[in-house]
Amino acid sequence: MGLSAFLFLTKNLNLGIDFKGGIMVEAKFSQAPNLAILRDKIDKLQIGNSEIQEFGDSNTILFRLEKIDDSNMTQEQIIQKLKNELDSDTDYRRVEFVGPKVGKELKSIAIKAVLFSLIAMFIYIWFRFSGWQFGLGALVALFHDVLSTMGFFSLTQIEFNLASIAAILTIAGYSINDTVVVFDRIRENLVKTDRELEELLNQSINQTLSRTLMTSITTLLALLALFVFGGEVVKGFVSAMMWGVLIGTYSSIFIASPLILFFGFKKVEEKS
Amino acid sequence: MLKINKWNVFFVLAVCVTAIYYIIPNIYGKSEVTALPKFLSQKQVNLGLDLQGGSHLLLEVDTKSVLKEKSEDLVDDIRKSLRKSKIKYSNLGSKITGAVVTITDPEKITLAKNSIKENIEKGILIEESKNKLNLFFSDQYIIDTRSNTVEQSIEVVRKRVDESGTKEPSIQRQGEERIVVQLPGIKNPERVKALIGRTAKLNFHMLDPTTVELAEQRGKLPPGTFKALNSDPTAYEKQFVVKKRVLLTGERLKNAAATVDAQTGRYVVAFEFDKKGAKKFAKVTTDNTYQRLAILLDNKVISAPQIREPITGGQGNISGNFSPEAANDLAVLLRAGSLPAPIKVLEERTVGPSLGIDSIEAGKKALVIGFILVIVFMIIRYKAFGIVADFAIIFNIILLISMLSAIEATLTMPGIAGIVLTVGMAVDANVLVFERIKEEIRSGRSILNSIDLGYKFAIKTILDANFTTLIAALLLYNYGSGPIKGFAVTLSIGILTSMFTALILTKLIVTFWVLKLKPKRLYI
Repeated sequence: MGLSAFLFLTKNLNLGIDFKGGIMVEAKFSQAPNLAILRDKIDKLQIGNSEIQEFGDSNTILFRLEKIDDSNMTQEQIIQKLKNELDSDTDYRRVEFVGPKVGKELKSIAIKAVLFSLIAMFIYIWFRFSGWQFGLGALVALFHDVLSTMGFFSLTQIEFNLASIAAILTIAGYSINDTVVVFDRIRENLVKTDRELEELLNQSINQTLSRTLMTSITTLLALLALFVFGGEVVKGFVSAMMWGVLIGTYSSIFIASPLILFFGFKKVEEKS
Repeated sequence: MLKINKWNVFFVLAVCVTAIYYIIPNIYGKSEVTALPKFLSQKQVNLGLDLQGGSHLLLEVDTKSVLKEKSEDLVDDIRKSLRKSKIKYSNLGSKITGAVVTITDPEKITLAKNSIKENIEKGILIEESKNKLNLFFSDQYIIDTRSNTVEQSIEVVRKRVDESGTKEPSIQRQGEERIVVQLPGIKNPERVKALIGRTAKLNFHMLDPTTVELAEQRGKLPPGTFKALNSDPTAYEKQFVVKKRVLLTGERLKNAAATVDAQTGRYVVAFEFDKKGAKKFAKVTTDNTYQRLAILLDNKVISAPQIREPITGGQGNISGNFSPEAANDLAVLLRAGSLPAPIKVLEERTVGPSLGIDSIEAGKKALVIGFILVIVFMIIRYKAFGIVADFAIIFNIILLISMLSAIEATLTMPGIAGIVLTVGMAVDANVLVFERIKEEIRSGRSILNSIDLGYKFAIKTILDANFTTLIAALLLYNYGSGPIKGFAVTLSIGILTSMFTALILTKLIVTFWVLKLKPKRLYI
């Protein structure tokens, strides 16, 4: 968790145009272009900072252009200038433009969505398991998941965009799902046995372990299929999800439940 | 005790029939569906713009400019009324939303106020302090003005998009001053964008005989004129000196069409004024014969023809250096009318048709392979029960697609990812039950008892666990845009259908199997 926070703070997220604003063009050439020559051509256009990378295969190039605010060119003019430089038989697979204003709005929407979902889940668990220790344990585990997914995005420099937010929320949902299953067993065992709390937690985790692993495996299998065959557009999203499933499984076993103990949950409380 | 619940059987059958009812139309193409018999559903899953290709545009109407214009008009109104009532004033000027004026003689302030009041719109309020009059727009007036401006803009945008031949466009207002335009399957987004974004204010002026060179030599323009650029930068005349007075505007046009000029063989835009416009045009051309007219589109001169004879029929041609497309686009713009305020593109997402087709293919492939992987894995792990779970997965996908059709949801690429993910996660509920049954058998209970308890204990967990995922999905739907919304939809429906298949469908199958075949040992 510390490492993720460190990564997140030191190595910036590779923010996509969704949040940063700018222009993105995915172009498929009839034959693989020389990247160095292409970069040279684009630099000469003087249309602001640009990034050029291969996307999926060597024929497909992703251009990312930062739109400079003080430039009096409209985005259409910039896109047109770019198109004029490229071969006429180029297939423009995707053209996206996000203005700085919308970028800022999307950013605040994304932050809101993540925060609200964390709060909503915390409240639900607190309510369902009648103990704030459960809620807080789950919340810390969730926080851990969100943070380490952000760390994953920082480390891999996969573009962080709206789909990434979707990935984070799905991971949160998935991880809390795991946590709830373990908590549920703890609650059941609390009523059934007279064991020490520590032992009881351990037993509950062990009882649900095979289910947790099974579900993680089937989910990972489905994600693997998406990763390999699902196309370039969803790749970033899917790899983040795969990471999240691993981390979510880990957190519900090693973080959420032990924390209940740490927060001083007493058996008596539940029985009364 | 474990038994077959008749109502559950009935429920499952009803769901099956409904699912089949809604899934049928998806087999057919969009045009074939309407030919299906009436008793069948005609609802289909819609493909999102990212799958069928198309453009999504978020536009912002600059309503401030309209308020600014209205403030300037207000200044004119004040000037007129005060002059008419012969009241002396000073410091007359406009504000962002309103105007101020100082009345020289403080005793005449009430008189001035009343005289102004007669000539202004109702929503404009007047405040007096000493000898100053402060005119401002009421909040309601501002809200109405902005709202009207956006509504009018939407109308104009709709006309332009319709005229450009885009099929099934969607144009909707979003928030106070934004418009969302969705153009599915569009071939040339640049051209439609250029059509939408242009203000297209058409004004007829007279050209001043002074040339730009002459004005520059003198160091000033003749009074009542302004310099205007030629819209065609390659033309010989780069700039014109145009008289400020607007003789006619595009509002008076009845029709416009691109045609080929019989004499020159070039593309021109033929226009026709309405009755009032034709009368005015006749007068202008009679009074100014042999002088040059200036036709301005968005303050640039598109044509400056010499008036050779009075035109009384109200018809004329605009002959710029037009390509066929440009002539056609101009005709579209003139027919649709001008935008009441400038429009800015805030966000654009365009997907070409080839990427859409590739995405669908990739999505199908991923779905099939992910599905096979999970199915095989489940059989290896749970044997006979694995087959039951696999049956549940298949049913789950059918149910998911039929529900998507029933609500006519929009399927996007992230939405397909959501379906694939559902395949992986849908087994979760079954896994929970199966693991519980295993546990109960291990603790020495009978088969029947174990199955019964397995479902009973697992159901609470399943409900709790899925509810939290549903919370995440709903928030995604609420905050997400376009493609992400599609993901949230498939994920939420997937959660619901997986609960149904695990808790009702597989339970029924397992119960039936155990009660009828009475196996001695459970291979699980």
